[in-house]
This record gives sequence, structure tokens and C-alpha cells, in this order.
Amino acid sequence: MTITDAPKILTARLDRYADAHTIARYEETGGYQALRKALTTLSPGDVADEVKAASLLGRGGAGFPAGVKWGFCPPGVWPRYLVVNGDESEPGTYKDRLLMERDPHQLIEGVLLASYAIGAAQAFLYIRGEMPLAHERVAQALNDAYAKGYIGRNIMGTPFSVDVVLSWGAGAYIVGEETALIESLEGNRGMPRLKPPFFPAAKGLYLQPTVVNNVETLSNVPWIVSNGAAKFTELGADTSKGTRMFAVSGHVKNPGVFEVEYGVTTFRDVIMAPVYAAGVRGDRKLKAFIPGGASSPWLYEEHLDLPLEKVIVDKAGSMLGSGAIVVMDETTDMVKACLSVVSFFAHESCGKCTPCREGTTWLRQILERILAGYGRPSDIDLLMDVSDNISPGLVWPPKQTTICPLGPSATAPTASAIRRFRHEFEAHIDRGMRARGEQPPPAQAVAEPAFAGRDHGGLE
Amino acid sequence: MARLTTENVGVAKEIISRYPRPKSALIPLLHLSQEQDGYVTEEGMQHIAELVGVTPAEVLGTCSFYEMFKLEPVGRYVVNICNNVSCMLCGSDELIHHAEQRLGIKVGNTTPDGTFTLESVECIAACTEAPALQVNYRFFNKVSTDGFDGLIDDLAAGRLDDDVPAHGTLARVRQHIPDDRRAGSIPPEGQTEPAWMHLNEPPASADGGEPS
Repeated sequence: MTITDAPKILTARLDRYADAHTIARYEETGGYQALRKALTTLSPGDVADEVKAASLLGRGGAGFPAGVKWGFCPPGVWPRYLVVNGDESEPGTYKDRLLMERDPHQLIEGVLLASYAIGAAQAFLYIRGEMPLAHERVAQALNDAYAKGYIGRNIMGTPFSVDVVLSWGAGAYIVGEETALIESLEGNRGMPRLKPPFFPAAKGLYLQPTVVNNVETLSNVPWIVSNGAAKFTELGADTSKGTRMFAVSGHVKNPGVFEVEYGVTTFRDVIMAPVYAAGVRGDRKLKAFIPGGASSPWLYEEHLDLPLEKVIVDKAGSMLGSGAIVVMDETTDMVKACLSVVSFFAHESCGKCTPCREGTTWLRQILERILAGYGRPSDIDLLMDVSDNISPGLVWPPKQTTICPLGPSATAPTASAIRRFRHEFEAHIDRGMRARGEQPPPAQAVAEPAFAGRDHGGLE
Repeated sequence: MARLTTENVGVAKEIISRYPRPKSALIPLLHLSQEQDGYVTEEGMQHIAELVGVTPAEVLGTCSFYEMFKLEPVGRYVVNICNNVSCMLCGSDELIHHAEQRLGIKVGNTTPDGTFTLESVECIAACTEAPALQVNYRFFNKVSTDGFDGLIDDLAAGRLDDDVPAHGTLARVRQHIPDDRRAGSIPPEGQTEPAWMHLNEPPASADGGEPS
């Protein structure tokens, strides 16, 4: 076990104080001092350099370095906008809501520092519609921060001026994708834009340079500016620096959201350690776990000792994604689990790209008929073939025949479940056939359908 | 009552003023309309179109994409039980089945007295609290079947009125930007580098252009 004594960058305040969301508590515990430090001693470029030096990886899912992302805005093109992605809805994920509800000022200070660093004319904080408490807490925090002169015109008596506008969604997972989020902020249906040309840094909100950052990512920024990038990079390992929040849910004794040292702590630690999720419920055997939200391929017992480090988990064929670990014990019906995740993507597909709109629905329907006892022996290969048409080759990282990664994400559970638990699919199909008086075929020894690896010319 | 009230028109205009382009206010205004009437009415969408300067069809186009907007009346309490993977692993199927029995309706329907609408929904970001549900988007965690019955009894008796307002009301705190603090919404056209971009730079590099 590697349980480190790393400081809690994000959750120390909310762990300790029930009123961490109030401006009085925030100021008393060092709040808005990073902003003061920046506005009195650092240039916008200095703040950007500090975040870049901290190697702060984005915490939304893709894990792209935030400081590098800030640097992508083309020089001399104004205005720039900052958009905060608070549309947390990847199955398994629960951390941004916690940060917005329990420590909204920490996020707002991060938003202000990012706006200062990139030269944002205006910032938009987009919160998922189904989170009214987060909305209330952030609205109150914004109102209080305006009254204290931390937001708005001539902040702390300097030329720095920016409005932070609270905006909200209305129930659409796809809006978590940054170009769909921008569409939604423009008042449109939340459908992703094609990249290129619509990379937000070049052509984002109102086709202006736009930085889109996740709530947890920006909540790290005040600590980095206060303590310096060097202190931040002392924590973590390899490419994954600082700390990170992981939500551990499913079949564990103590499900919860845990802030742990990034890159060092292992899956075994957060799933098994008594201070974290405390092991599989009923001390049963672990069958599989989803390591980074519903979009990530599943991992197994033999992966438990991998550290929570971006590159290492990528190399193992999955991802840390949005920091959402879902544990399944030995009693889990993997076909049912697969259907649960696939149904999500089928429901949330925006409908813009055919492979995703049709493919995810087909996957769901095939899985439903297998579970209902009407599966056909050819259905397993059919599931793989449909998946292969959405994400050619079913490789990692996934290729895509779609504009955004939603469709390919739906192939992660099907490919994972069939590759590892093909016999469970066969058992459901056999059971149905016998119930109808048909003779199931003898078990096949197909490791991988022949089409895997076939190149459909999908985008990298 | 379907067009926005005079008071809500005031709220709507304040919301619109925060965005560089009025259409950006569409989703917040649709929420406002739903808060007023419990669902989004055609007259409400027409009024929003007038306020924002788009056609009613564009308002409907946006509205119909988003799950939270109801185009027909729903119950006073919309009960959303999460069916996604973490909740499914922790018994949401049983909970949904129980809810159908208890309320006497199938998922997607409203009780004849108009009190409850039952929905089975995708992940609500309460995965560590599975099985979880929302009533009018207020969270209830680790809900057992007995706990569900108690919750329905409490809602029906009005005992949770302070915690769970009628369907449509989301946040009960609104953002308000005071006029003397407002930096202003910045349109995408005709802007130059912000005045602070070289703040705290050493004098020698003051004309250095872009920050690195």
C-alpha cells in the first residue's frame, strides 16, 4: 500500500469546515490571497508560466495539460473567452459537483486567475442543470465576491476587469464535450462541432479564441499560484503531478470521493485500503472495474497494482478519464453491466453522426435481446462488428468514425465484456435457445473476430 | 399564465444583458419559463423568442434537445431514479420496480392526481451514494425501498416543501451583478488587447507583445 501524506489541495477546506462555501470562511483560510498575489506581483504571463510549469493535467477526462491549452490561443486575436465546464455527467463521476457545492470560492478564484492569465474578456461558468444546490452555492459565492470587489470592474483596484457569468445546462451529457458546450452556451442544440476548424482555442465561443477548463482543473490553480509550481510538482509521479480526486463506487464497502496523490497511489489502494473504499463488499472477489468513467475500457484484478498515473494506465489499454472508478464483484452479470453502460451512450448520443446514432442503438437492442433470452449465436460477433464500425479496429486509444468521442466510448464496454467474458454472453444465448427447444451450437474458441484491426479509414 | 410575468421579464432582461449575444440566454430563459409554469408552454417559447430576437422555431429547436425541459405538464414532483452503472450495481432496478408499484404508474408517467411523475434517468453524479434519486433535482442518497416509501409519504404530506420546491424551480439564489461592479459583457467584434495584459511586467518588456 502506498498511502501518502500528500496535502489535500482541493478538499482540505471542505473536509474541515461545514461552512467552507461561505466567503467568510474562504477569506479566513487564505482565500483570494492567490489572486491578490497575482494582481500585485505577477504578470498574466507569469501566472500562465506557473501553471504550465506545474504540469497540471486537465481533470475533465482527456487529461491535456492546462497550461499548454492556455497557450494555444492565437496571438493578437481578441477578445478571448474562458468557459468553465461544470457539466459533470460521465457515469461514475462525482467530484466537480462536490467542489461547486462545498468550495465554490476556490473555483471562482481559479476562474479569475485563469482569466487574468489568458486575457479573457469574460468568463462563463456552465453548471449542469440537474445540480440546483451547486447553482445556488456558486450564485451566492459570485454575488458575495462581486460585493467584495473580487470580480467585475477594476478588481482589487487594478486594471483587471472581468465578469464571471453563471450559466446552466438542461440535461444533455454530450454538452460535456467542449465544442458542444460552446454550442449550448450560444443557445443552440448541444451538438459537437468538427475539429478542425473549430478547435476552441482558435474558433470557440462566438468563433473567438476560447479556453474550456474543467471545474477540478481550475480549482487547483489558486494553490499553484500561492505555493508555486515547484511545490505542486513535488507531489505525484512521472507525468501526473499534484493530487487528484477519485470517486470510487459500485460494489465496495465504503464508496466515496477521495483526494489522493496523483501518479503514486494505486488502484488497489483506493479500492481496498480501509481509509478509502475499504475493499469489495462482503469480501467477495473483484471481477472487473471501470477505471475512468463509463467511456474507459474495463480493467481487472491483474491491474490493481497499477499506479493512478495517466501514461501508465493509457499504456495498459484504458484511461483515468474523469477519475471515476466503478467496482464490480464476482456476482455481477457482465452482460447486464455492459447493457447499462451502452444504454447510457445510446440515450445520450446527440444524433449528429450516423455510426454513433444508429450504432449505439443497435448495440443496446442486441444486448437487450440477449438478456431477454432471444439472442442468436451470431449476436456476439455482431456486437463486435457494430462496435468496429463506430471505432475501427477497437484499438486503444480509439479511432473514430464520428465527430466526437461519444460513439467510440460506447464500444469500450462491449469490447471489454466480450473479450473477457464471452462465455457469459454465450450462456445467456444458450439459456434462451434451450428455453425455446432449440439446440445451441458447441462453444466456439474465437479469441477475436477476424475483422478486428480492419481499417475503415477512421480518424485518429 | 404562459407568457413571462412582468417580474420575470425583468429577470429575463437582466440575464440577457450578461451575454454578448442574446441567444446565449435561451437555456436560462427556458428554465425561467418552466419555473413559472411547471413546464415550457408554447406561449412561453414565443415570448422568449421576442425577448431574444430569434424565431419561436429556434427556441423550440433548442428546447427540444434538452431532457429537463418538459413540453407537457408533469407532476408537482418529478422523481428521477438513476439507472446508470453504479446505481444499477447497487440495486436501482429493484428500486425502480418498487417505485412503479408504490406509485401505481410505469416509468415515464404521472399519477392521476398530478402529484408524481416517475422517470428512470442517466447518471446524476451521485455514484458514491448509490442508489440515488432526485426529486425536482434535489438529491436523495442511498435510497432503500422503505426509504422510498417514507420519502413519497413526506412529499405527499407537504413535509418537504421547504427542501423540494415545485417542479421547475431550480436554484433559489440568482446571480446579480451590481451596476457599479459590472465589467460588462464583451461582444466578439471590435475588441483589442485587454488593458491588464502587461500588468506587473518588468518595464523593459512592457512592449513585448504577447505573454508567453
